[in-house]
Amino acid sequence: MQPFNYKKARQAENAVALVTPDAEASYLAGGTSLIDLMKLNVQTPTELVDINPLPLSKIEMQSNNLRIGAMARNSDVAYDAIIQKRYPVLSEALLSGASPQLRNMATVGGNLLQRTRCYYFRDTSMPCNKRVPGSGCAAIEGYNRIHAILGGSDRCIATHPSDMAVAMVALDAVVQTRGPNGARSIPLVDFHLVPGETPERETVLQHGELIIAVDLPASPNASRSHYLKVRDRASYAFAMASVAAALDIQNGIIRSARIALGGVGTKPWRAYDAEKALLNQPANQAAFQAAANAAVAGAKPQKYNGFKVELAKRTIVKALTTVGGMA
Amino acid sequence: MKFRLRRRRLGQLMLVSTVAATFSSFVEKTVAQTSATKTTPMLKSSISETMQVTLQVNGTKHSLQIEPRVTLLDALREYIGLTGSKKGCDHGQCGACTVLVDGQRINSCLTFAIMHTDAAITTIEGLAQGDNLHPMQAAFLARDAFQCGYCTPGQICSAVSLVNEGHAKSDDEIRELMSGNICRCGAYPNIVAAVRDVLEGKKDAAV
Repeated sequence: MQPFNYKKARQAENAVALVTPDAEASYLAGGTSLIDLMKLNVQTPTELVDINPLPLSKIEMQSNNLRIGAMARNSDVAYDAIIQKRYPVLSEALLSGASPQLRNMATVGGNLLQRTRCYYFRDTSMPCNKRVPGSGCAAIEGYNRIHAILGGSDRCIATHPSDMAVAMVALDAVVQTRGPNGARSIPLVDFHLVPGETPERETVLQHGELIIAVDLPASPNASRSHYLKVRDRASYAFAMASVAAALDIQNGIIRSARIALGGVGTKPWRAYDAEKALLNQPANQAAFQAAANAAVAGAKPQKYNGFKVELAKRTIVKALTTVGGMA
Repeated sequence: MKFRLRRRRLGQLMLVSTVAATFSSFVEKTVAQTSATKTTPMLKSSISETMQVTLQVNGTKHSLQIEPRVTLLDALREYIGLTGSKKGCDHGQCGACTVLVDGQRINSCLTFAIMHTDAAITTIEGLAQGDNLHPMQAAFLARDAFQCGYCTPGQICSAVSLVNEGHAKSDDEIRELMSGNICRCGAYPNIVAAVRDVLEGKKDAAV
C-alpha cells in the first residue's frame, strides 16, 4: 500500500477544508471499499481525512422525510425500527449486502460511493477505462458474466455493486451534500452517472464535496415494499440481479409503482418503463410480466451475461408478486 | 578466457540495458507529468512518517510508533504480539481477523489502527476470564466446532457479537449472521451448534 498522510476531522466544514485543496486527498469513512482498493493499488490517495468522528450518524424523522446521517453504519440503518416498519425494502437491501462485520463498518455515504467489483477494474495489470482513462476495457471482450446489461457503453460495462442504493433509488431518496461551493440536494437517481465516454466519472460529486445525509421522503406506500436479491451463493455475495419494488394498490388496481434494479445496470437502475407499464393496471401476473418485459427492453447483454435478461425479468415478477401479496 | 570474455560482454550488455531502462523511465516520468492521465503520485517526504498511536486492547493500553497505513490487524499481530486474530484473505472476505471494537464485530484487516485511538478493542485473547473460558470458547470445544483452528478466533469473536446483537433466533439466522466467517475445513454444522448452545443458555455444555 502507498503511504499517505492522515488527519482526523471533527466537523464537516473542517473535513471539506482539508480535502478540497489537494486533488489526491480523499475522505476515509468506513474504509471497507477504499482500504481494500488501496491494498490493491487501485486507489492511491496521498492524504486521507478520517471523517469517522463527524457527528453525522443520526437517523431522525424530520417534517417531511426521514434523514439518515451519512456516517450511520449499514447495520444501524438496517435494524432501525422506523426503517424496518416504513421502508422495509431498505432494511432488506442492507441486510442482503456484505457480512455483519462489514455492515458494522460501512457507512451510508460510503456505500453510495463504493466502486465496482469488476475484476478488470481491481486488477492493475489489466486495462480499464474507469481506472486509467483511455486504456481500454478488458471486460467487453473478456469474461463478463457479472457485468451490466443496462446503461453500458463501448467504454465500460461495469455494474454498480450497492444493494442499499437500489432500494434508495426506488424510494426517491435525496442526497444532501456540503462542498467547497456550499450545500446541494441531489436526487439519488441523478447522483450516479452512466459511463458513456467518461467511465472514470462515476457521480456528480465535485472533489471535496462531502455527503452529509440521505433523505427519504415520507411515502404512504413504501411500507409495502420488498428487496429481492439473486446471487451465486445463498448469502454474502454480490447480486446477479436484484429488485427493489414498492406498490400502492387500491381496490386491486396499482395506483403507483416504484421499481429499481441492481446487479444489471452500470448505476442503481430505476426502471421507469416498468413503473409506467404497471400504472392503473390490475395487480396480477400479466401486469407484472409486462412490467418485467418493459424493464429489460433496452438490455444489451454481452457474451457471458445473456442469462441476466431472463433472470432480471423473473426476479422482477417474483418481487412484484410478493409486494402484491402484502395487501 | 572465452568464458571471461563472455562474462565481460554480458556485463556490458547489462550496463547498456540499465542505462536504457533508466533513460526510458525518465522519459516516461517526464511525459507523465505533462499528460492529463493520473499516474502513481510521487511520494511526499513527510508521507511515510510514523505517528504515536495508543490502542486500548483487552483493557491494556499500548503505545505504538507506527505509520498510518498499518491496519488494526497488523498492529495487533506484529506490534502488540497478539497473534490470536488471524490474517486470512486480508481483504475483508474471510472473517479470520474479526475483533470487537466497542463491542461490535469488525474486520480488523480493513481498518487502520490509527482510526481506533478512542476505542475499546477486544480480541480472542481478551475473552476468557483467567482460566475460565468464555462460554462461546467452551461451546466451541464441547461441539468440536473447529478442525485446523485457523478461522476459530474470528469465528468465536463473531459469534460472541452475534449473541450480543440479539437478531438470530433460528439455525438459518445463525448461518446468515455467521456468513462473514469462512471455514475451509467445513466445520459449519458444529459451529452452528456451538452458537445455538450459547444462544439457548447451555453455557456449561463444555463440561
